[in-house]
Amino acid sequence: MIAPGNEASAKRRPSKVNVRILRQDGPGLPGYWERHQVDYEPDMNVISVLQKVAAQAKTSEGKNVAPVAWDCGCLEEVCGSCTMVINGRVRQSCSALVDRLLEDDANEIELRPMTKFPVVRDLVIDRSRLFRSLQRVKAWVPVDGYYDMGAGPRISREEQEQNYPLSQCMSCGCCLEACPQFTKIELQRQPGETAEDYAARKNASFDEGFVGAHAISQAMLFNAHPVGKNMASERMDALTSAGGVQDCGNAQNCVAVCPKEIPLTTSIARAGRAATVYSIKKIFDR
Amino acid sequence: MGNNRVLVVGGGLAGLAATMKLAELGIAVDLLSLTPVKRSHSVCAQGGINSVSDMTRQDGDDEWKHFDDTIYGGDFLQNQPPVKEMAYWAPKVIDLMDRLGVTFNRTPEGFIDRRRFGGTLYKRTAFAGATTGQQLLYALDEQVRRRESEGLVKKYEFWDFLGPIVDDNGRCVGATAQDMVTMEIRAFPADAVVVATGGNGLIYGRSTMSVFCTGSAASRCFQAGANMGNPEFIQVHPTAIPGADKLRLMSESARGEGGRVWVPRKANDSRYPKEIPEKERYYFLEERFPKYGNLVPRDIATREIFNICVKEGLSVDPNRMSVYLDLTHISRAELDRKLGGILEIYEKFQGVDPREEPMKIFPAVHYSMGGLWVNYEANADGGLLPGSPKNQSTSLPGLYAIGECDYQYHGANRLGANSLLSCIFSGLFMGPGIVNWMKGNKAAVDLPKSIFEKAVATQEARHKKLLSNNSGDENPYLIHQELGDIMTRAATVVRDNKQLTDSLEKIGQLSERASKCGLSDTGSWTNQNVIFTKAVQDMFPVAKCILKGALQRDESRGAHFKPEFCMPSLSATDPVAKRAEAEQWCDAFEENNKKFLKSTICTWNGSDPVVTYEDIDTRLLAPRPRLYGLVGGEVIEQVWNERSAAKAKDAGSKQLVGAT
Repeated sequence: MIAPGNEASAKRRPSKVNVRILRQDGPGLPGYWERHQVDYEPDMNVISVLQKVAAQAKTSEGKNVAPVAWDCGCLEEVCGSCTMVINGRVRQSCSALVDRLLEDDANEIELRPMTKFPVVRDLVIDRSRLFRSLQRVKAWVPVDGYYDMGAGPRISREEQEQNYPLSQCMSCGCCLEACPQFTKIELQRQPGETAEDYAARKNASFDEGFVGAHAISQAMLFNAHPVGKNMASERMDALTSAGGVQDCGNAQNCVAVCPKEIPLTTSIARAGRAATVYSIKKIFDR
Repeated sequence: MGNNRVLVVGGGLAGLAATMKLAELGIAVDLLSLTPVKRSHSVCAQGGINSVSDMTRQDGDDEWKHFDDTIYGGDFLQNQPPVKEMAYWAPKVIDLMDRLGVTFNRTPEGFIDRRRFGGTLYKRTAFAGATTGQQLLYALDEQVRRRESEGLVKKYEFWDFLGPIVDDNGRCVGATAQDMVTMEIRAFPADAVVVATGGNGLIYGRSTMSVFCTGSAASRCFQAGANMGNPEFIQVHPTAIPGADKLRLMSESARGEGGRVWVPRKANDSRYPKEIPEKERYYFLEERFPKYGNLVPRDIATREIFNICVKEGLSVDPNRMSVYLDLTHISRAELDRKLGGILEIYEKFQGVDPREEPMKIFPAVHYSMGGLWVNYEANADGGLLPGSPKNQSTSLPGLYAIGECDYQYHGANRLGANSLLSCIFSGLFMGPGIVNWMKGNKAAVDLPKSIFEKAVATQEARHKKLLSNNSGDENPYLIHQELGDIMTRAATVVRDNKQLTDSLEKIGQLSERASKCGLSDTGSWTNQNVIFTKAVQDMFPVAKCILKGALQRDESRGAHFKPEFCMPSLSATDPVAKRAEAEQWCDAFEENNKKFLKSTICTWNGSDPVVTYEDIDTRLLAPRPRLYGLVGGEVIEQVWNERSAAKAKDAGSKQLVGAT
């Protein structure tokens, strides 16, 4: 994927960048749009726009406001923090280059929080459900322990080349945002409820929802590992119960939006076949 | 372990390795992090992780040579026992990561593939594409998630560590931290606190580091009484992609896989790089360092690239200083298999395909070799004593430091692919020592509540004072930018005493201004403004350590380079004169080592760091001159070897090893 050269965009460098942001002061509160304007610089990305917005803390109309809250980390598209909906498309804000975005619409860049996760504040969302899914499918190799026991099993180059793309999943949530089957689960902490009770109630609720493409793909990754597959049946239990792989509606949006180009639909197809085999086997094993 | 709990702060490679090892030993762990641990800065590490392998062994390599390369590359500034232990553990660490399912690249027969990295002549580096850090981090994250499911680990993600809690006896008995969503401040009583909070690159404004790497956690430990070691040693990575928000790393593995650094021989040559014929290209690293070529240690490659642009005026871009890093002679398929991740980063952020066109790169602040001072206990072989509570302990009893935020493993310059190793090693190795530390002490939960309440009250007062907005109207974001500019100018590739003195003064004033920040957000819900302001304020004590350490160290060693105090090349051509010059050179080298072959130790007096020096434990390897590419180096080496042999004879010691 080669982006157009810098020369083209250099020709029509604006002096200002307008950005329209869907803000929300806290969970359960109404959202509202706010416009900001920052000085244009070459090679800007959405992160550097938001950094300027935070430093100014002033809308385009000159009103003083609290800085827009957002989440970011590595700024090179490997940590998965900075996912948001930019000009209508879910993606990482670090790799969203301003020059490219202005080609969509030269007047304005639009930023909104992901819609499938509860908003914490502004562009910050709570993705704990995404990590809970990794627990549901037991996405780990059940080694004996961390003492020195010599090398691991021999892995062919072919296997490595199949597994490595799956293990690049950075839990950014793009696949879930784009998935019609993955719908928002938002709970509020009850008065008097302890943090532990609230977390437990949230997890119970998450466990009934669709597990998501990312977790299905991780389950396939670990089922393919020589030691990981010792827990394959437990993973298949998770993938064949409520919210499992059968919930996938085959919209194939996940694979289209994945910033790491992970073959998610291949993983889902594999999981689907494995689930059929597993369910039949379970009937006969009774 | 009854009521015992350990608090681990930071969930990168070091923090996760420590957490899973402690959980394996049956210890309950609270794991606290600014970010979901899977997003920690370790994900950015690209190139690989070093160890001796069955293959390199047959070429004459062994653990001792890995140890020697690390010490020599670090210009002898490390205490040797911890480094030795790490080198001997390295193959075991890679075996463990392999068992945990890390998708290391494989040879056609299915063994772990290796590449060559800087500062060594052996292919020691195991790698998973060009996202090795990410892959290692995920394997540890998965194990910690497993332990979390079993109930031994409790994660506190999006929590900001505010500082250690110290009881009346000077023991660390927990920490205060703040929930970054609800802004609640609470105490975490703990029988040991482990900080694994990484580097401090954000002090330089833009660096290759993630936004979390402010160094504020280490600074808060420092201000609470834990000493810092070697803060002035900051690695500037030779190859990064300049950017408005961040300087993105271009891994050393690009050179490890055959990437060549060059500039046109003629200044301001505006031809398209591929049109410049071979003989008009200046492969300056290869010409100047025939033995190591493009894989000289990082401090040297950085200075060469810096000089070729700044002093020699050969930058390939008139507007933005840079040199070419060229991979275009390698096949696409091989590049995609071994370097895919980093090439995608270049392509995505620069809009140019590095498989077709040479990349433009320039050095950037990358790694903090210095950090919290930590102790160790050596065994009879000169390695570490397993299970000693001294290992990785800071000068504040009960507070431990591991990973990039400790000062222990990399001396004056870190070798590529040794950082992932030091992080995982220090995290794993420390576990049993913590168990032993906790044995003799009263459990933290049984201590009087007042200790914890007092600590929380102190932090709440600081927080409320900031929110009250009565102190002034300085903008914390702009203060941070100014700090970054000053630090980048004064304390990176080339250092000068006058500039360091001026900068210390400026930083002092800026620090005053930082205490008068006005907040644009005074709310009590997900207030990123106040969290950032505290981090900026806490950058100053560390920035002062860096500058003061650099100012007082009147020598050049590894990443710390002062042209004014630099060992010169030999100028004589006549063999006898050259020999005499080499003798003088060696005298000067020995004199300088007497003065500066010491760790810089900083203690905090409440407003400024106080610098003292500590001798270095060189029990295994006698210091020798680091002569990469120096004119006359071979004569110096000869003189040095003769002196060492004579000394060894005198002392009857068998442990001195001559320059190789």
